[in-house]
Amino acid sequence: MATVETTLAAPAHIAEHEHHEPDNFWRKYIFSEDHKTIAKQYLISGILWAIIGISMSVIFRLQLGFPNMELGFLKPILRGWITDTNKLDPNFYLALITMHGTIMVFFVLTAGLSGTFSNFLIPLQIGARDMASGFLNMLSYWFFFVASVIMFFSLFLETGPAAGGWVIYPPLSALPQAHMGSELGMTLWLSSMALFIVSQLLGGINYITTVINLRTRGMSFSKLPLTIWAFLLTAILGLISFPVLLSASLLLIFDRSFGTSFYLSEIYINGEALPNVGGSPILFQHLFWFLGHPEVYIVMLPALGITSEIIATNARKPIFGYRAMIASMMGIAFLAFIVWAHHMFVTGMNPFLGSIFMFLTLIIAVPSAVKSFNYITTLWRGNIRFTPAMLFSIGLVSFFISGGVTGLILGNSALDIQLHDTYFVVAHFHLVMGASSAFGLLAGVYHWFPKMFGRLMNEKLGYVHFWLTFIGIYSVFFPMHYTGIAGFPRRYYAFTSYDFTKNIFADLNSFITIAAIVTFSAQFLFLFNFAYSLFRGKRSPQNPWKSNTLEWTAPVSPKHGNWPGEIPAVYRWPYDYSKPGAKDDFIPQNVPYSQTPESNLPHENELIGLEREIEAQNLNDQFNQPH
Amino acid sequence: MIYIVGLLAVIFLALAALVVSRMAAVVRGVNSNGVDDDATYTGISNKINGAMFMVFLVLGTTAAVWSFIDATQYFLPEASSPHGRRTDTLFWVSMSIVTAAFMLTNTVLFYFAFKYQAKKNYKAAYYPENHKLELIWTVVPAVIMAVMVFTGWRAWRDIMSEAPQGAQEIEIVGKQFNWIVRYPGVDDNKLGNFNYKLIDNNNEVGIDFSDEKAFDDFTSTTEMHIPVGRPISLKIRARDVLHSVFIPHMRVKMDAVPGMPTRFWFVADKTTEQMKNELNNQDFTYEIACTEVCGRGHFSMRLRLIVEDEDSWKKWCAEQKPLLTSYPEYATRIPANLKVKAAKYLPADSAVSSDSTTATTEQGGSAASVSLR
Repeated sequence: MATVETTLAAPAHIAEHEHHEPDNFWRKYIFSEDHKTIAKQYLISGILWAIIGISMSVIFRLQLGFPNMELGFLKPILRGWITDTNKLDPNFYLALITMHGTIMVFFVLTAGLSGTFSNFLIPLQIGARDMASGFLNMLSYWFFFVASVIMFFSLFLETGPAAGGWVIYPPLSALPQAHMGSELGMTLWLSSMALFIVSQLLGGINYITTVINLRTRGMSFSKLPLTIWAFLLTAILGLISFPVLLSASLLLIFDRSFGTSFYLSEIYINGEALPNVGGSPILFQHLFWFLGHPEVYIVMLPALGITSEIIATNARKPIFGYRAMIASMMGIAFLAFIVWAHHMFVTGMNPFLGSIFMFLTLIIAVPSAVKSFNYITTLWRGNIRFTPAMLFSIGLVSFFISGGVTGLILGNSALDIQLHDTYFVVAHFHLVMGASSAFGLLAGVYHWFPKMFGRLMNEKLGYVHFWLTFIGIYSVFFPMHYTGIAGFPRRYYAFTSYDFTKNIFADLNSFITIAAIVTFSAQFLFLFNFAYSLFRGKRSPQNPWKSNTLEWTAPVSPKHGNWPGEIPAVYRWPYDYSKPGAKDDFIPQNVPYSQTPESNLPHENELIGLEREIEAQNLNDQFNQPH
Repeated sequence: MIYIVGLLAVIFLALAALVVSRMAAVVRGVNSNGVDDDATYTGISNKINGAMFMVFLVLGTTAAVWSFIDATQYFLPEASSPHGRRTDTLFWVSMSIVTAAFMLTNTVLFYFAFKYQAKKNYKAAYYPENHKLELIWTVVPAVIMAVMVFTGWRAWRDIMSEAPQGAQEIEIVGKQFNWIVRYPGVDDNKLGNFNYKLIDNNNEVGIDFSDEKAFDDFTSTTEMHIPVGRPISLKIRARDVLHSVFIPHMRVKMDAVPGMPTRFWFVADKTTEQMKNELNNQDFTYEIACTEVCGRGHFSMRLRLIVEDEDSWKKWCAEQKPLLTSYPEYATRIPANLKVKAAKYLPADSAVSSDSTTATTEQGGSAASVSLR
């Protein structure tokens, strides 16, 4: 009886697949469960947020660079936030820096980077039809979308959006009477972030499950491209740390709305002594940075993964120290959880704890250094093609080093006393995490644009974009080290109140602002290039960069399910570039060793015997699974 | 400066012109020249990009060196506290190490990018790993960092140690948007208790006058005076939200946290006068700033710090009126058994009147009890 049933079910099953995805506009482009579409949704959202986030920085840079400037021309956009004397309102200045930080860190560099490339590349590079759960994946994007809508809406409140810095330290963020931005703006910030965290968790679970379960035949962990390793570790970091921010936010919501005292104690404000006692603002900082520090690596690791792939491809060389790269990423991912309190050396935390965190923090510099050296060695004796993606990757390595070395200064608690919360810190993290992961995002877009949209971006425009941005970002952030050493505190609306900041570095600050405007303007080249190439770009061949990874074995514009026939099997690691003896300077992962006897290394000849075994497996094709 | 801006403008215009011409070319679809070279990346574009890395390296280094030399004049002068000089030295030593690493790695990065740009009929080296090399560049940074951390840790340990015996205690309280300094008073030199619920417009730091140590405490909201050459132990509090005490010239920074008093001790070893002469600037003054965002007025929480010799500091302290003297109405909070001790801080008439009233009640009370008996 049972056998009869299965035989009957089989044709019906096949028939079902033919109508798997009805070409309904809503299901295809809006509520799509296809990982490629979701990736594009993340990318577009990320780009829109980046425009908003960077424009904000330009506005507050105008205030900092040209404090006497008449900002009346911004009145049509900012309305009441421009005072009657045509100046930027100091409250709104704080709102701008807060929203700039929040948007760039979470919405652009977490959702925009990880969301785009984890979604797009994981199934394509590991050889899967789609994510483990297309539905959760769709849900993840739409939670992010709702979070975005709420955050965007908060920009238009009369009392302004959240304004206590992106770290929203209570009591400032907990007390509406302490600051305008702690009124409805903060409530919306917290709601938006709660939804954002849900989105991250749904996404993260999906990425991890997909990488673990849906790798194609032969794709062992030791053959995974470094991008996938990076995305996997990123997802694990997010899964462990984001819930902590959720609880921190919840407790803050309780303190704000239900009269609890988790973070509040002994406060006298606006002529009134509040009843709250026994809470600790430091508790919030611990919880926040328990996410906040891994967050730095959540934005950094995907960029490093993308860079590894692009540098190897375009240097036409295997990535140097593949295993060391994985080990470094694992080391960074682990250490990321035990260094958070280096953000809190001078918060009144026990100095002994400070000593411990100083030691742990400086350990994390070692795997980071190893990664940089490995990138540089990958270039050595390569045959480098400067595609725009390659340029951005090299730029990333440069920023990662330049911003990273000052981490050694700031991670040293004795030196942090003076430099904490000065522009030195601003320079440090903008270079090491802001600019470099933004470069990872741009490099990724240039590199995988052909796979996403089937067309090539204009390279020459890409070159100009790169050089303007690269020079621009150094011009913006390098001089900030100087103001930092001179003691300029961050988050200051103006530097006119103190003798030690008055009348100095005014020209430097103007220079930074001009550089920021130029850099910002240069991004419109990218936008133009993106939009133009989307419709009018040159058609891409199947494997435009002559790359080894699996996504380039799929059709130029993969349909739902990615590969029309069977999913390719994988026989070798993804970095067989310029192998001695080989005809071409690349051998894709799906080429068996039995077909390349001329270039096999001795131990690889032994692997030929395993190829049948690999081919015999067919466990993970979602289309061949019963529903 | 104007020249730099002008120069930048010219560069920007040139680049803009380049961009416009490129865009025009893109839109016209004129993209066919040198297809072969483009495919192998051995054409002119690749050479330009490779060369640009060297140009960037040279110009970037020049700009970095020049701007650093130009910026040094504005860096804070040598610290006015011994621990500050120690961290300054440590900072510049660490800074030279990391600058060397920064220059070296970036140079190698850009040079390799230039040197190994794609060439026709050239195949890259297949060089996937070298364990010895990897071991070297794991161990070398680790050792250098270990040394940096260890020296930093020793400095940190000493700076954060308990304040030495005989340190002068001074309390600094942050609020939106100014600092209030409380001194322990000239008579007992001890800070009295406080309670945030006692804060009002006159008693801004919530001094608890049921503690006799509080009687001679006085406050100041305009400046902080400290004696030179003596350990100062700052007791740091916040009234409303987080603030952070930053004394740039002393290399002092510590957050002010509501509900959790913090501390930082240091020795100021140059008086304001000495600094004026040293810097040749008669307007020089030490300042205290806030470095933890605290709201609208965060950027202007300035407090002047005056470092003077012991005698003039004592003299200044003696001139200040205890809070109790300024606002004798707080006398009602003084418990009966301490009234006598408090009397000297209260103006004669109010002291007399309050004394007489309490005396009467006391007498009345005892009379009543007598009568009851």
